[in-house]
Amino acid sequence: MIQNSDADLKLRELDAMCVNESKLTHKWYYNVKYLAVGILFGIVFVKAEIISWFRIQEMFRLQSFHMYGVIGSAVLIGIISVWLIKKFNLKSIYGEPIVIAPKKFDKGQIYGGLLFGLGWAITGSCPGPLFAQIGTGATVVIVTLLSAIAGTWTYGYFREKLPH
Amino acid sequence: MLELIKQPWPWYVAGPLIGLTVPVLLLIGNKSFGISSSLRHICASCFPANIPYFKYEWKKEVWNLFFVLGIFLGGVVAINFLANPNPVDVAPKLVKELSGYGITNYNNPVPTDIINWPTLFTLKGFFILVVGGFLVGFGTRYAGGCTSGHAIMGLSNLQLPSLIATICFMVGGFIMANLILPIILSL
Repeated sequence: MIQNSDADLKLRELDAMCVNESKLTHKWYYNVKYLAVGILFGIVFVKAEIISWFRIQEMFRLQSFHMYGVIGSAVLIGIISVWLIKKFNLKSIYGEPIVIAPKKFDKGQIYGGLLFGLGWAITGSCPGPLFAQIGTGATVVIVTLLSAIAGTWTYGYFREKLPH
Repeated sequence: MLELIKQPWPWYVAGPLIGLTVPVLLLIGNKSFGISSSLRHICASCFPANIPYFKYEWKKEVWNLFFVLGIFLGGVVAINFLANPNPVDVAPKLVKELSGYGITNYNNPVPTDIINWPTLFTLKGFFILVVGGFLVGFGTRYAGGCTSGHAIMGLSNLQLPSLIATICFMVGGFIMANLILPIILSL
């Protein structure tokens, strides 16, 4: 990479929520803790039937409160947590100040949001559940995941030409 | 206890646990919760093809790939050790509608009547698996996040763009589920 780290961060932040520039460099095995959180998270996904195609269909037909309850209570806990972290200036376990990048509005959130919504209701799955569904033995969902990767790649290819 | 865990978890248990992922990731490494970016990192690491959008130091975001690998393993653990022995309990109205499309098996998270390898090679399977997946990957990146990045992380941080994105996810979903999917399922 020839780019300096500021330019690189700017690029990574394009159309992304979850980029954080930690100044710390850690050995690869520090990432095992994210693997552990991922495993717990995946178990919740399966046990609460969030990865169920049927639950997603119910949600979009207003036939069940389940998914609204899950997302609503998750957001409520998230809001309280982020508020507490900001209020008490909490630091990460490595002593870094916690930084959450604000999000700028662009038209992608509308066009992309609608397109993703269409895909969410067909596949019954957003990106996270794709990984969990494969884990539960639905091997054909690997095709859906590869197609999602192809979709992301295609977006990257045409990004400059799309309205933002 | 194990019997209780094997039952489907109610929303008021699962929702708060998912919400807690937000502070946990922030506290253990200053990471904002998000999943769809993993698809971009896979592109950047495997097929960058000299596209500017994929020419970044993906290794700095490798935590996200560990996280989604964990979600996959979580699926493996849950289905093998904590599986609910009963079929998923679905709204009767939906059962009636889906039976009209030949969907009657409720034993798996995905409807195996339509999501299976042989169906992949039919027009219906092509729409559900290939077109559906493509829309998920293209749409989430264009929107700058998915259900986790926008609907959970973004709303937790009270971001208006994330609220707009979430509303658009729902509008797209309502249109697909009620107006377009019935046509695809009838193919």
